[in-house]
Formats: sequence, structure tokens, C-alpha cells
Amino acid sequence: MDKQNRKGWLYLLPALIFLGLFLVYPLVDVMIYSAEEGFNFASQTHRGVGLGNFSYVLRDPYFLQAVKNTFILVIITVPVSTGLALLISLGLSSIRKLRELYQTVYFLPYVTNTLAVGLVFMILFKKTPYTDGLANLVLSWFGAGPVDFIDGPYWAKMLVLCVYTVWIVSPFKILILTSALASVNPLYYSAARIDGTPKWRVFTRITLPMISPTVFYLVITGFIGAFKAYSDAVALFGVDLNAAGMNTIVGYVYDMLYGDSGGYPSYASAAAMILFAIVLTITCINLLVSRKHVHYS
Amino acid sequence: MDFERIERSARLRRRVGTGVLYALLTVWAVIVLFPFYWMLLTSVKSYGAYNSEWVPKLYTTDPTLENYRTAFTAVPLGGYFVNTIIFTLGTTALMLMVTVLAAFAFSRLKFRGRDLMFTAFLALMMIPGELVVITNFVTITNWDLRNTFLGLILPSVTSVFYIYLLRENFAQVPDELYYAAKVDGTSDLKYLFKVMIPICRPTIITVTILKVIECWNSYVWPRLITDDQAYFLVSNGIQEIRENGFGRENIPAMMAAVVVISAPLIVLFLVFRKKIMAGVARGGTKG
Amino acid sequence: MKVTLQHLTKKFPSRSKRDLREVVAVNDFCFEIPDGKLIGLLGPSGCGKSTTLNLLSGLQEPTSGKIFFGEDDVTNLPPEHRGVGLVFQNYALYPHLTVLQNIRFPLENRKGKDKLTKEQMNEKALEAAKLVQIEGLLERKPSELSGGQQQRVAIARALVKMPRILLLDEPLSNLDARLRLQTREEIRRIQRSTGITTVFVTHDQEEAMSISDLIVVMKEGVVQQIGKPQEVYDNPVNLFVAKFLGTPPINVFSARIEGEKLYIGENAVLSLPGMADREVVAAVRPEGFVPREDGELLCQMDRVEVMGRDISVVCRNEAFQGEVIRAIVGSEHLEHTHRDTIRFHLKEGKLFLFDVDDGSRIRF
Repeated sequence: MDKQNRKGWLYLLPALIFLGLFLVYPLVDVMIYSAEEGFNFASQTHRGVGLGNFSYVLRDPYFLQAVKNTFILVIITVPVSTGLALLISLGLSSIRKLRELYQTVYFLPYVTNTLAVGLVFMILFKKTPYTDGLANLVLSWFGAGPVDFIDGPYWAKMLVLCVYTVWIVSPFKILILTSALASVNPLYYSAARIDGTPKWRVFTRITLPMISPTVFYLVITGFIGAFKAYSDAVALFGVDLNAAGMNTIVGYVYDMLYGDSGGYPSYASAAAMILFAIVLTITCINLLVSRKHVHYS
Repeated sequence: MDFERIERSARLRRRVGTGVLYALLTVWAVIVLFPFYWMLLTSVKSYGAYNSEWVPKLYTTDPTLENYRTAFTAVPLGGYFVNTIIFTLGTTALMLMVTVLAAFAFSRLKFRGRDLMFTAFLALMMIPGELVVITNFVTITNWDLRNTFLGLILPSVTSVFYIYLLRENFAQVPDELYYAAKVDGTSDLKYLFKVMIPICRPTIITVTILKVIECWNSYVWPRLITDDQAYFLVSNGIQEIRENGFGRENIPAMMAAVVVISAPLIVLFLVFRKKIMAGVARGGTKG
Repeated sequence: MKVTLQHLTKKFPSRSKRDLREVVAVNDFCFEIPDGKLIGLLGPSGCGKSTTLNLLSGLQEPTSGKIFFGEDDVTNLPPEHRGVGLVFQNYALYPHLTVLQNIRFPLENRKGKDKLTKEQMNEKALEAAKLVQIEGLLERKPSELSGGQQQRVAIARALVKMPRILLLDEPLSNLDARLRLQTREEIRRIQRSTGITTVFVTHDQEEAMSISDLIVVMKEGVVQQIGKPQEVYDNPVNLFVAKFLGTPPINVFSARIEGEKLYIGENAVLSLPGMADREVVAAVRPEGFVPREDGELLCQMDRVEVMGRDISVVCRNEAFQGEVIRAIVGSEHLEHTHRDTIRFHLKEGKLFLFDVDDGSRIRF
């Protein structure tokens, strides 16, 4: 039996080493960092222990801007992308011809490099001295004036960021919702048809309750994912997000850690802890809300 | 009741409904595909032609491959490529080794503390990567592994989720097979490689593909840990092109680079379409 | 509501690319279902009985032929306008709704002048629940109910909108044996008390025989015979119907008519005046065997299974088309079974002759 024990732990050892070094230790360490005030990266010393890092971060206008940006992004993209994905997957599951083709096309953004395709969105929306860009061309058909979506007003930049985020997160949601819809027993629809149930009522009273666990899962992961937004913003606005006024919380963490404004792991840690607290709170609220509205079979 | 009228209106409504439905689905398909089309189109427009279009043209009459030559010569795009391939292969291979062994231990071997350990692993799934990046950055810096493949790969290896996914699959292999192998005197390691892995091949392929996608697109960690162009991955490479390279003015060339970077994964996807979509549906998440 | 089926045909496109023949699920079905009766559609799986039910409900459209409810042609009418109640094989109760909400569901769809207030809906739902005796379970979820209770909820949901006809798809197949017996009486009772024309589909002949006013026996999309259960049992039109009805099944022998006598093997079992010589198939119901010292048919004893009032005599004969013959006889005949052989007299009304090739009935 002793040999059995040793063998089990031996098989587990590589995973334990990796997880211990790069997941568990950092987790503890980040908490320590966030409490060490006035940490000096070069000398590896700190002045004292307390909540100073948090109060600095919370008063940093760049951080507040990042929080504002992130919240706007979350509040807009999570409902929009989930709703859109729901509509599209409903459409997908009620057709038979060409269904696979559509499904394949819809999934494409999932496998693309966020940074690379973001550049395409950038040039589509960017206004340069040589051209107003395609987005502005479309706007001009409706008589709307040219707007610089990349270096222009805040709302325009936020709009592009939201559009790109929705574009990039929808494939996952469409895929998951389509397979959830496919798993609803078609008998229920037959039963509803026999009873003359109108389509929207079939949706609200049968389909939606039956797929509610999936929708809820997507909302939670959607919230978590959107709170961690970063590389989409970099793709559109470049690495200096603070200058563009489009930084996100995660972006703030990285900027504090590294780059031109970097070298402050304590501030980065405090910001990361705040992000973690926000995500945890939102997830808990989600869980509470779902208790009432989600049907688990 | 006027049956004929009901019949006719029902049929008409169905037909109109189907038409509208296909139209809407096509609109979304166009929205999804258009950026891909635009990057291909722009990448074959010549520098001069692109910059002279005040109103962007939706097609081009004289496509050129010049931009691709620029992309490969003006910046070490080929180097970024090789780096990314090394990084992806190294990370995925290590991940597979670690994951398979751990999943096997959790699903088949009996040892004290196993269930407790597994619960602890599940708890680790909730830790966001953003939180631990800070210390990992410090660790790798202290180990003097910045601008090395080891520094890139090591912190990217672990995936608790894949261990979980694989363990669930391993656990479905009937116990009888294991006991039969034991009776025949097969060692655990041999059993793992000769029985478990072949049976669970679909899941292992899924996990591999998901990890490859993840590696190919990873941006944050490589950006933190490399500032030497010789170790840039494609994501950082394209960002570098955009910030400091020819991307500022030569947009067609930048698009050529974007096409080159995006193509491998799209090809991989089109080949393994069913496997990838099934794998993601079973529990992948982006990032 | 009288229901008329005229030359009803349903074809499906071929299933595989290799076999391009289309599948005829229902072929030229003509039938007039009298008002207020309970009809059993009976046949082995794949015989087209479920397709027929779907054509009646409107979930599928026929390839050709017509369906009338009363005088109304409903052939191409969508299901929601037909006013049918349908009970699915596995009930299709909405798992997230309570029993009351499930039963009320069809009523909530009404709009315009048919719209009901909540009180009216609850009242009707309660009425339906009382009819199937589940009024004590209204607040439960389907997952908290037994199979039999779910079945009742499904029936209540189908009845609550006062359908013009009620359709039941294999209503008893998901229940255990004891519950099945009980539920089929229940279906009969509910049908009697509502007087709604009811069609149910089953592959279990005993089920169909025991509660139907009329049974329709189908095979490969073609109606074989329609009639009252006892009539069909006593007077099957062909070998398929004869074999399909009755437990234990009918005993089938290779036989021949020679010199106006019916021979099973070497035994002349029946005289058939005026019949020409030919090969035939002779089928005898288990209760058609009477053990007698001077019986015409000689069989080799195998064993006896005692069932209480009756005994089942298991024996063999060279000409039998199967493993063993089963004869059901009164227990007073037990003495006949102690020897190696047994002789039977065959009751004339329990013996049918069929054509060797197409299985059609030969009257005598």
C-alpha cells in the first residue's frame, strides 16, 4: 500500500510542481505584494504593511478611468452579445439547409488571433488624412458626418471596442446555445404545437426555461470574461491605453507591472485584487439572481 | 371556420418567415466574414492604390503579392512564426504530459489524500490568470529567464481545466479493463499508454487543439516576458509592426502580415472543424 | 366527432443514398371512425400506426388522401387549428412547470374572444385533474411524480381544452405491468365519461383488445383488418392477423386437403366436404384443442404448465411450424398428459385455414 501511495503522488508530481510554482505560490504572493507599501523592485525592500497600495490605486485617475471603461464595456457587451447569440442560435436551429455552413462561418472569429483581427477593425473604423475609412463611408450614406472612431471622441472609441468585443465573443456563445437548443426534446415543441401555442410563447415558456442553465452559464462567464478585457483594446488602440483613455482594469495591472509606466508590482497586485473582488461580487450576485429564475432539471 | 383561408395564410407565413430568417442569418454571416474579406483584399492592394482611395473600394482590379514580400522582409515575420511554433509545440507537449499523468493518477490510481487533492485542484480553477501573472513575472525575472523559451513556456503549461476534462474521460473507462491488465501483469505506465490513451484519444485531441489555439493567440504573457524581437510571438510581432514598424503607414503590408498570422489557425479549424466545435462546446472558454 | 380517412397515404423519401426507394409509411388508409368510440391502432413497430396518429394530429401532412373531422376537411390544416388532444409516449410534460401549470398551458394560448380569465383556467384545469384523479398533486413538478401519475397529467393536459378528438401514442408502454392494467381501465373510464372520440396506438394486442371498441390491425403501412376486438379474434382475414392477436399465440401447422379431408401430418383432423385438394396452412387457437382418447391429432407430450384453472399443454408435432405447440385446456384434462403422447380433437370454430403463399383466409 505504501508503494501504491508513492506511485500515485509520483504521477501527480509534475502537475503539483507546475501548479505550486505558477498558481498557488503567486496567489499567496500577490496578496503579500498588495499589502507591502512602498515596495522597491530594485532593492526588493518595502516600507511597511497596510492598505496604502489600495488607497493609491483607488485614487489614481488612470485606474478610475479603467474601472469606468471596463464597467461600460461589461454592461453593454454582455447583454448584447448574449441576446444576439440567442437570436442567432434560435435562427440556426430552425433551419436545415446550409445550417452547417452558417455554423462554421459563425465560429470563425473564435479561432482568430485577437490582436491580428483587431487591426482589421482598426483600419475599418480609422479616419486618416488619406481616407475616412469604410465605417465612415457607410455613415455618410445616412448623412452622418465622419467620426474618428480610433482617435476621436470617447463614445466613438467605446462603440468600436464594444462592436469588436461582441464580434469576438459571439462565436462561443452561439455554439454553446445552439447545442443547448438542440438538446431540448422536440416532443415539447410538438406538444406545444398541438395546443396552438404561439411562437413567442413557446420561446418564453418552454425554450427559455429549458435552456436557462446554459444562458446563465454564458452570462456568468461573459461577465468574468468582459471584466478581464484587455487584448481587444490593445488591438484597436495600441499599447498605450492610458493615453487613449481606453484602458481596462487588466490593462492597468499590466501597465503598472511593466512597460513605460511599470515597475510597481505592489500597485499592480492591489489593482488585481480589486478586480478579483469585483468579479467575485458580480458572480455571487449572479448566483443569487439565478436561484429564482433558472430551472435545473 | 374558414379552413382554406387558415391553411393559405399559414403556408404564406411560413414561407415569408423562412425567407426573412435566411436573410437575417446571412446578414450576420456577412458581418462575421467581412473583416476577413477586408484583410485579404487590403493585403493584395498595392501601397499606392490603397493610399489613393479616399473612398475605399470593395474590390481590386490588379492584385499584388508585393505586400507579402514586404511583410516577410521588413520585419522578422518568419522569425515570429518559428518562435510561435516552438512555443506552441513546447507548451502543448509539456501540458499533455503533465495533464495525462495527473488525470491518470486522479482517475485510476489509489493513494491517500487523492480525493482531497482533487477538490483542491478544482478550487484552483477559480483563480484568474490575471492575478498570478504579477508574481510569475517577478519569478521568471528573478530566474533570469526573460527572453528565453523556457520563460515563455513554463508558466503557460498548467491547465487545471484540462486535467479535470481528461480525468472525467479517463474515469469512464471501465474498471474491468484495468483489472484485466493487472492480472496480465501489465504495468500502470504501459496500461496508460496502451489502453487509456488510445481509448480517450478524442478528448486528448480536443485538449490538444484547444491548447494550440490558446498558445497561438497568447499575447499578454509573451509581451511581459520578452522585449527582444528575436523571441517575439506572432501576437507581439503584429503589435510591434503596428506600433513601431511599417504598420503606421503601410497598411496593406500590415494586413498581409495579419493574413499570414491568421491563416494557420483558420486552416487548422477548417480541417478539424467538427472536433474543434465539439471540443469547445464541451467546455472550452476563450483564453 | 366522426373522423373519416380517405385513401390516406404517407410516403417518406428514401433514408439512404444507396437505397432510393421511398418508404411508404401509410398506404391507402380508408376508415370512418364512428363518433365517441375508442379505437385501437394495432401493429408491430414500423407498421405505420404512429404515422397515422401524426397525420391525424397534423404534425405530419399526408402525401395524398384526405382527413375529415365531422364534415370539415382538415387534411392540410395546421395542428393548432384542429382541436386535437395528443398524449405522447413519454408524456412530454414540461419539466419546469408544476402539474397545474402543465394542465393549464393549452388554455393560456387562447386569445380574442376565447380568452379565459385566470380563475376560469384554474377551474377548468382542476376539473380535468379531477377527471384523472390527480387533484392532490397540482403543485408538484413532473419529476416528483410516478410514471402513472405523469401519464394522468398528460391526459388531463390533452383533455383540458375539450378536444374534438383525443390521440394517445403508446399510452401504456412506459408503465410497469401492474400499472398498465390499472391505467388501461382508467383510459376506458375517462373516454366513456367524456365521450370524446379517441384513437390510441399500441403494439400490445392484449391492450388493444381489452379496451377498444374497434381495433385496426396494420402491417407495413397497410390496414389488414378493422373490427370489434372479438370479431377480429374469432374471424381473422389472414394469417398475419391471426398470428398477431391472442396470447399464447395461435398454433400454425403445415397441412393439406386431400379427398375432402384436412390432414395435419398423417392425421386426418377434419372433413371438408366440397374442398379441392391443395396445400394449406392450418392455424389453431390454443383453446381449440380438446384432449380426447379418440382425438384426431396425435402429438408428443413435452410438459405441462399449470396455471390454476387452466393448464397449458406443451407438446410437439412434426407438421408444426415452430418449436412447441401450446394448448390451453381445462385442468380436468390433466390425466391425459401423463403419457408420452396425447390426442386432441380440434374445435371447428378455433381452426382457420390460410393460403400457403399469401396467407389469405380460406373459408370452409
